Amino acid sequence: MTEATATFEVQRHGIASVVDIKGDVTAASEDVLMAAYQDAGDSRAIVLNFAGLDYMNSGGIGLLVTLLVRANRRSQQLLACGLSDHYRQIFELTRLDEAVSIHDTEAAALNAVGADH
Amino acid sequence: MSELNEERAARDATNWAKTVSRLDVTDMPDEAVDLVTGKRLVGPIQGFGQMWQKTYQVELPRDQVAPQELILTWKQNFPEFWPEGNRFYAPLTGIAPGEVALINARMPGKMTLSTGVMVLYADDESFTLMTPQGHMFAGWITFSATERDDLTVAQAQVLMRASDPIFELALGLGGHRQEDLFWNTTLERLARHFGVETEADTTVICVDKKRQWSRWTNVFQSTAIWSTIYTLGTPFRAVRGWARRGSTG
Repeated sequence: MTEATATFEVQRHGIASVVDIKGDVTAASEDVLMAAYQDAGDSRAIVLNFAGLDYMNSGGIGLLVTLLVRANRRSQQLLACGLSDHYRQIFELTRLDEAVSIHDTEAAALNAVGADH
Repeated sequence: MSELNEERAARDATNWAKTVSRLDVTDMPDEAVDLVTGKRLVGPIQGFGQMWQKTYQVELPRDQVAPQELILTWKQNFPEFWPEGNRFYAPLTGIAPGEVALINARMPGKMTLSTGVMVLYADDESFTLMTPQGHMFAGWITFSATERDDLTVAQAQVLMRASDPIFELALGLGGHRQEDLFWNTTLERLARHFGVETEADTTVICVDKKRQWSRWTNVFQSTAIWSTIYTLGTPFRAVRGWARRGSTG
């Protein structure tokens, strides 16, 4: 199997957890992404910060859909921030933006869910 | 912009389709039925039924074919690996991001469903097709090839929900089995192209057991309904065509 080339660091901000994404997100990132999601625990909201994203392919977008299902199952809100214009368009194209609310900055995303930052 | 950032931007622009609000189909043969123009794309989030991730794989010796060569061949000959009776009308420019292909899929009872797909993503080792409104399922299918030890693993992975209650029912009544057979046959034909006789492996995961009842209205877009209406209208279109030719001749 291809090795994961992305890292996912989790920081707790009150009721929300921020997952800092760095590197290339592909289908090979599944284990590390899901481990980061477990680290986020019972947060009411998960903010995916894409500011450090280098690249994402369609396998990476598929992972986000799977993550969204898991978050919905636990009644957690999923948000995204730090997306480049290109990946904002990819969220629109794949219609992920209908289920994941997109914010310009981490602070804006945390404000939206009423979390500390 | 730094050289690295320019390189990344170029890779993004090359591999991903541009944003489109509605699909547009051009340059297709006359026999290809276009019920796709004007439709929006739909992903697994917009579907009705349970969400499934289905993975089909075949293994080939790497000294026989490398992943990039396999994907290149798959892209160039995509329709040829499909099971008999199903037609994939590839765009003239081939499997490239943003291109739309039409599909005439054979269903039980000699029914043919007319639908299509858009190439969402394509690089040297994978490509992804995304479905439009009305398609049997809402989602995408990714075709990829990777190295594992001394093998090249060719894979088709579907992430989808049935689009509407009719197709959800159909999946439960043999549709899943038919889909598994379809992609297993495709992968086995692909392997045979490289001189390898093998059976495909199938792994099925139910990602979400919940049905999205708020999406039941997708049924009004269903290709099952619109393909039937199109088929019933064939004699009328033929008469209209003769009348036009008569008036101009």
